[in-house]
Amino acid sequence: MLLEVNDLNIEFHDHDVPERVVNHVSFSIEEGEILGIVGESGSGKSMTAMAIAGLLKRHDLEKKGEIFFAGTELLHASRAKLRTFQGNDISIIFQEPMTSLNPVKRIGWQVEESLKIHRPDMSREERRSRTIAALSDVELPNPEQVYKKYPHELSGGMRQRVMIASAMICEPKLLIADEPTTALDVTIQLQIVKLLQRLNKEKKMAVLFISHDLSLVKRLCDRIIVMQNGDIVEQGSAQAIFECPKERYTKELIEAIPRLEKLV
Amino acid sequence: MKYALKKFAAMLVTILCISFLVYLAFDLIPGDAALAALGTDVEPERLAAMREEMGLNRPFLERYFDWLVSFVRGDFGTSYKYHLPVAEMIVSKLPVTVIMALISFAIMTVVSLPVGIYTAKHSGGRIDRGITVINQIMMSVPHFFMGILITYVFGMVFKLFTPGGFVSYETDFAGFLAYIIFPCIAIALPKIAMSVKLLRGSCMGEGKKDYVRTAYSKGNDTNKVLYRHVLKNAMIPVITLWGMMLADMLVGSIVIEQVFNIPGIGRILLTSISYRDYPVVEAIIVLIAFVVVVTNFCVDLIYGLIDPRINVGAE
Repeated sequence: MLLEVNDLNIEFHDHDVPERVVNHVSFSIEEGEILGIVGESGSGKSMTAMAIAGLLKRHDLEKKGEIFFAGTELLHASRAKLRTFQGNDISIIFQEPMTSLNPVKRIGWQVEESLKIHRPDMSREERRSRTIAALSDVELPNPEQVYKKYPHELSGGMRQRVMIASAMICEPKLLIADEPTTALDVTIQLQIVKLLQRLNKEKKMAVLFISHDLSLVKRLCDRIIVMQNGDIVEQGSAQAIFECPKERYTKELIEAIPRLEKLV
Repeated sequence: MKYALKKFAAMLVTILCISFLVYLAFDLIPGDAALAALGTDVEPERLAAMREEMGLNRPFLERYFDWLVSFVRGDFGTSYKYHLPVAEMIVSKLPVTVIMALISFAIMTVVSLPVGIYTAKHSGGRIDRGITVINQIMMSVPHFFMGILITYVFGMVFKLFTPGGFVSYETDFAGFLAYIIFPCIAIALPKIAMSVKLLRGSCMGEGKKDYVRTAYSKGNDTNKVLYRHVLKNAMIPVITLWGMMLADMLVGSIVIEQVFNIPGIGRILLTSISYRDYPVVEAIIVLIAFVVVVTNFCVDLIYGLIDPRINVGAE
């Protein structure tokens, strides 16, 4: 078992009445597996991802439960301990490739940053060659050129590839992809999904793929979790969920996928 | 490079426009060089003859170009009051004003940078709240009062300098610095307050951006996120402010010069305004405009170095 989430609860305390955003959520991910979490906005899927990535920094929220990553508890771990995992064993890519990169730093610098943090003994030349290899691994043309560029010189799809390269640089065991394709146009979405699929196979890296787009999840994931209002509504293999959904909400989500034959 | 050239051209045009407006303004104000030379109770015939002799009856544009050409050559005309070349008068006072401005600027940057970063990092804490209050006070106290306060505290209570006892930098440079440091503090204090406030806000605004979340997700600690990621972005508005403040310090310390009895540019400007010594006033105004425009040009260049997106915008 690579990741085990036990009875995760997240509550906001920024209003008078506490607001539950994640409710008794439990699931696990095996090594090398691709797990999808689907649900509409506000279903708690991104908050779950943030909790696993150790990015719940706000002081006005209360978190309960356990998150075990390869046997280590992360949810209540110290910041210093969390940092040894972040970018090293667990990486995350986000929905907004346009703003997730630092606008005043070169791509190469940003991609190799995790190496500087987690592999401090690595020489400058080796860092550089690993970074260029990572950039070409995510199918960016002219990686040596991209290395020297700034984020604003790249398109959204290219920036998301840079984000993936940066997340992959320390060869993590788990990649969290929080709606990585939502801000991209449809042809690019498919390319990114295929890229994640390939990297998952080649690097034996588990992927937690979060999306509201069922058709992408169906294409990519081994298992699927359906979330609504902070609760897990249904979980099972991708095939089972699509062929015989048990819950009404799951059926509605599947019904909502636009199909060509339905339109004509 | 293209960006720098473009900015440089814009700078030249701006200075040219300002010089034209200044010359036009002084042409429209009643009273001219002939009147100044002969006094107000002179017979109209002599005045007209004098005007003819001094070339004041020529068309405006012709006179403007003559004035401009000699200005560029470094001939700023002759003072009505002191009958000295204006250039000489200004150059002799320039070092005091420039040294004062540079020291004030150095104090401002050296103090406001760490304080701004500290308050951003520990926002909401006790020290941050204390500094916010001090900032408000510094910003709302007028310059001259700050000057008087500093004269009283450091000059009369602690006796660290003799109020009004300006030492010329030519006779005793160390003594000059020991005196000048206090007016510099008076100039720097409100500006420190402003830049701390801006830097704090700017750092905190940048801290909410997505790239900061990415930086944390790589395993950076708060200090690394702040110094490696946030600071460079947060400095962009601060550098604009610093540019304006440097220009302001170079040309706008008139009040402080009065309070501390310092013979700088501000002093000549005030006396020449009260004597209607137009050539001096004209020259100082154009000089002020020149300093402001050149500082802005430098700020634009620094922008291009910090923010890679700017060069592209110009192409």
